[in-house]
Amino acid sequence: MLKDITLGQYFPGDSLAHRLDPRTKLILTVLYIVILFCATSFLSYGLVAALLVMGIKVSGVAPKALVRGLKPILFIICFTAVLNLFYTPGDELASFWIFTITKQGVATAFFMVLRITMLIMGTFLLTYTTSPIALTDGLEYLLGPLKKLKVPVHELAMIMSIALRFIPTLIEETDKIMSAQKARGADFESGSLLDRARALVPILVPLFISAFRRADELAVAMECRCYHGGEGRTKLHVLRYQARDYLVLLAYAAVLAAVLILGRFGL
Amino acid sequence: MKPIIRVENLTHTYGANTPFCRSAVKNVSMEIMEGEFLGVIGHTGSGKSTLIQHLNGLLRPTSGSIYLGDRDIWADPKKIRDVRFRVGLVFQYPEYQLFEETVYKDIAFGPRNMGLDSKEIDRRVRSALAFAGLGEELLEKSPFDLSGGQKRRVAIAGVIAMEPEVLILDEPSAGLDPAGRRSMLENIRAYHRQKGTTVVMVSHSMDEVAENVERIVVLANAGTVMSGTPHEVFSRAQELLDVGLNVPQVTQVAMELKRQGVAVDPAVYTVEALRAQLAALKGGRA
Repeated sequence: MLKDITLGQYFPGDSLAHRLDPRTKLILTVLYIVILFCATSFLSYGLVAALLVMGIKVSGVAPKALVRGLKPILFIICFTAVLNLFYTPGDELASFWIFTITKQGVATAFFMVLRITMLIMGTFLLTYTTSPIALTDGLEYLLGPLKKLKVPVHELAMIMSIALRFIPTLIEETDKIMSAQKARGADFESGSLLDRARALVPILVPLFISAFRRADELAVAMECRCYHGGEGRTKLHVLRYQARDYLVLLAYAAVLAAVLILGRFGL
Repeated sequence: MKPIIRVENLTHTYGANTPFCRSAVKNVSMEIMEGEFLGVIGHTGSGKSTLIQHLNGLLRPTSGSIYLGDRDIWADPKKIRDVRFRVGLVFQYPEYQLFEETVYKDIAFGPRNMGLDSKEIDRRVRSALAFAGLGEELLEKSPFDLSGGQKRRVAIAGVIAMEPEVLILDEPSAGLDPAGRRSMLENIRAYHRQKGTTVVMVSHSMDEVAENVERIVVLANAGTVMSGTPHEVFSRAQELLDVGLNVPQVTQVAMELKRQGVAVDPAVYTVEALRAQLAALKGGRA
């Protein structure tokens, strides 16, 4: 049961989207968001939608999986749509009691829903095609300049990758501890909310203790191998931009330019 | 003797309907007799742990059934907790499940879940502690201040305190030093002798099983391959070796003696038995 939780939601694959440099994909995602927020008309939204569809096609991720990812935020989407529908001033279309629906309201609601949906789908594409480790690696490179401002970028990235690496281990451990306590008659499924919260103590205490023990052991193991932070540390897998990275970046820049120009002409 | 637990055609499949689907236990049938000391042996990944988690209802069979006494334990899923009180399961490395502030409270966790009154809980905690080979001076200590071996004994006491009809121990001596191992097994034997209840010990150490249990069930590749008294099982040494298991060291010595032409019966599994055989041979020749 606990094992079924997917984290990072990475779908292994070998598509162009998978092979792109993680830094490229991070930049692309930022660019994509910028383009999405610059888009104001049907035409520019169409461009962004085309970009998204192409991305999905290239990545080979099942569209069903992307739609499933939207489920948790369905409420936010509906809420935004309703708010925009009723609270945008403009030409009245219909009105009852204190509510009025305007032409502008319908348009804004429609675009808002489109924008949020495409935003989520686009960013999911990043996490679906990039392994968490590659993602932290890319982030470390991109945030590299912040080191000048004394931001411990390498350390943060290291913390992130260690955390990601230990998630499956801790899930397995939780499963084991739960079984052991159930064997002693622990009951997690019935009783009031307070009872259930209290029933978690026999799981959380051993789990925390083992997490601290593991952290301690890992720290010793890292020190034994002379780990001393990021300074002078080289990488096994050095990230290098390929021709495809530049090409895709260029294509995105072109779309951004197109959307901006379209906006200028009010299309 | 009549069976206390009956397993019928048990199959358990992990991750059914996914590409990762794998049967950990396939079509296993076995019986555990009332009052016996049963050993379950099998190599890593043979399905031992999956099998025993079915015996107290922690896992639900994909197909097949488990009877405790005459009742199918899954006949009423709401009563599965009662099954867990009647069939006590000690996991591998149970010391990692301790959580209370004092040893006393931790051992009392199971009995308290059973809804017993505090006088009965007190009696059970003290008796379980004694069976686990610990002194009463530990009761008010924090379990986290104890040594590894003591922690494990506290965890085992926590299950014994529920006074289950069947006590199942998964590798109770794993990771202990030879002295700790010996005294742990001595305690388990004494528990079985004094209580007279059923004990099931899971292990992959042949020597440990050979010296302690009355009957052995051998698991390999998700199924049972043989069962019987240690003598019966270890007389089929070659089959054991074929499924990737070992035989006790003393059996190996006897097999080698036989191969070199000494007239011994290789199906021995205790040092005393081999010594007796050799003494008889020597006496016969002299």
